[in-house]
Amino acid sequence: MERILTTPISELQARGLHVGDVIYITGTIFTARDEAHLMMLEHGEPLPIDGLAVYHCGPVVQKKDDKWRIVSAGPTTSARMEIFEDRFLEKFPVRVIIGKGGMGENTLAALHKVGAVYTHYTGGAGALAARAISEVSDVYWLDKLGMPEAVWVLSVEEFGPLTVTMDAHGESLYDTVGKTVSENMKTIHDRIERST
Amino acid sequence: MNSDEVIEHLVSAIRQAETVLCQDVVNALEQAKEEESGAARVQLEAMLKNVDAARDGSIPMCQDTGIQTFIVHVGAKFPGLSSLRSQIIDAVRRATSEIPLRPNTVHPFTGENPGDNVGEHIPYISWDIVDGDTCVIDLLPKGGGSENCGALGMLPPGVGIKGVKRFVVDYVVGCAGKPCPPGIVGVGIGGGADLSLKLAKLSLLRPVGSRHPEGNVAALEEELRDLINTSGIGPMGMGGKTTCLDVHIEYAHRHPASLPVGIVYQCWSDRRARVTIDAHGKIEVT
Repeated sequence: MERILTTPISELQARGLHVGDVIYITGTIFTARDEAHLMMLEHGEPLPIDGLAVYHCGPVVQKKDDKWRIVSAGPTTSARMEIFEDRFLEKFPVRVIIGKGGMGENTLAALHKVGAVYTHYTGGAGALAARAISEVSDVYWLDKLGMPEAVWVLSVEEFGPLTVTMDAHGESLYDTVGKTVSENMKTIHDRIERST
Repeated sequence: MNSDEVIEHLVSAIRQAETVLCQDVVNALEQAKEEESGAARVQLEAMLKNVDAARDGSIPMCQDTGIQTFIVHVGAKFPGLSSLRSQIIDAVRRATSEIPLRPNTVHPFTGENPGDNVGEHIPYISWDIVDGDTCVIDLLPKGGGSENCGALGMLPPGVGIKGVKRFVVDYVVGCAGKPCPPGIVGVGIGGGADLSLKLAKLSLLRPVGSRHPEGNVAALEEELRDLINTSGIGPMGMGGKTTCLDVHIEYAHRHPASLPVGIVYQCWSDRRARVTIDAHGKIEVT
């Protein structure tokens, strides 16, 4: 099913989502990559983030007439954040993670525990993402972390399509695909063995 | 030869590569979309919408605008060679602020980022001297996510071409959704460690759907493409029939004791452009 969620997103809404659902977000999201995760875990949240979505993204941003403007802002590889995402989720009540490539079992367990989902946004779709971002409402730690790693707070309208690939019920699309791929690899290896 | 004009055309070629996806790739993505359903189709639709948004707004398709890479095939009698390196570097600096591009050059020891996409050995320029008096510059800006899925296998020659197939398929399938599939798998076979990887990267300059001129190599390209697409990884690793759009192979003769196989993966946002400069300074961007 497809639906538009407006922030703040409640725990109940997040728990109502399932793998395969396609959602669009309207409201506020903020970017956080490796360094921003570490900063927040150490120093706390720079803004109230109850019910917001965290976006694994290092955008291209340009300052024009003293105002920040997002040029291109697709997702970065989420797997890098696996080492601390469970602690992040337990400390900060975000309800949606936006990234690409999926995450591991620690994150999956934390999603179940806190009531949140991981959604997959198309890698490389930086221009499409920028079009759904109406405004940069704030930026934190820009001087210290630099453009890609800073926390950018973004006002978005129907940001997506975001496919739920890990839900709060312990389901992960990546596990399902992984099992299919393992099966298919047997056929592939047979074909290679029989080839000339 | 007017230096400003050369720089200006190089900047517009970088802009074209970053903002307009080549038609051969668009066609391949559209064809893939027709064959997919569900989550895989959602991904391909978003990619194609993104291609339109980037072209219409003249903005980079991906926020990772890559490491700027130039493959120069310069005629031995081309009169503009002496200033070409500095013109390329100037063009990268200008493109970074004008397009703009993400500052993507980081000092490996200090972490310092000069902010202009210029650094030690970067932009990467490969020089190849050819006959004649014309200069052809191929641009291949390449993102970090797909470049991280490059690999080198120094295989024992006894495994033969079957061993090459296993290495390539196992490696690419193992990368799953990380390199932003469906992309183009560049494979370099033979030479040495460095040459196999270089050949793999050069193979990415060929359009999607083009085959190696030698029949047996062309057949191997198609076989590897079909094997990888049997895996079920699909667009962005979400499951589906299209894991790669194509496989390109280049080869070199090898040492009797070595069978190097280089893999360089290019994401679906397969950014390319070409600048041709003739001996009279006439410049064309394609």
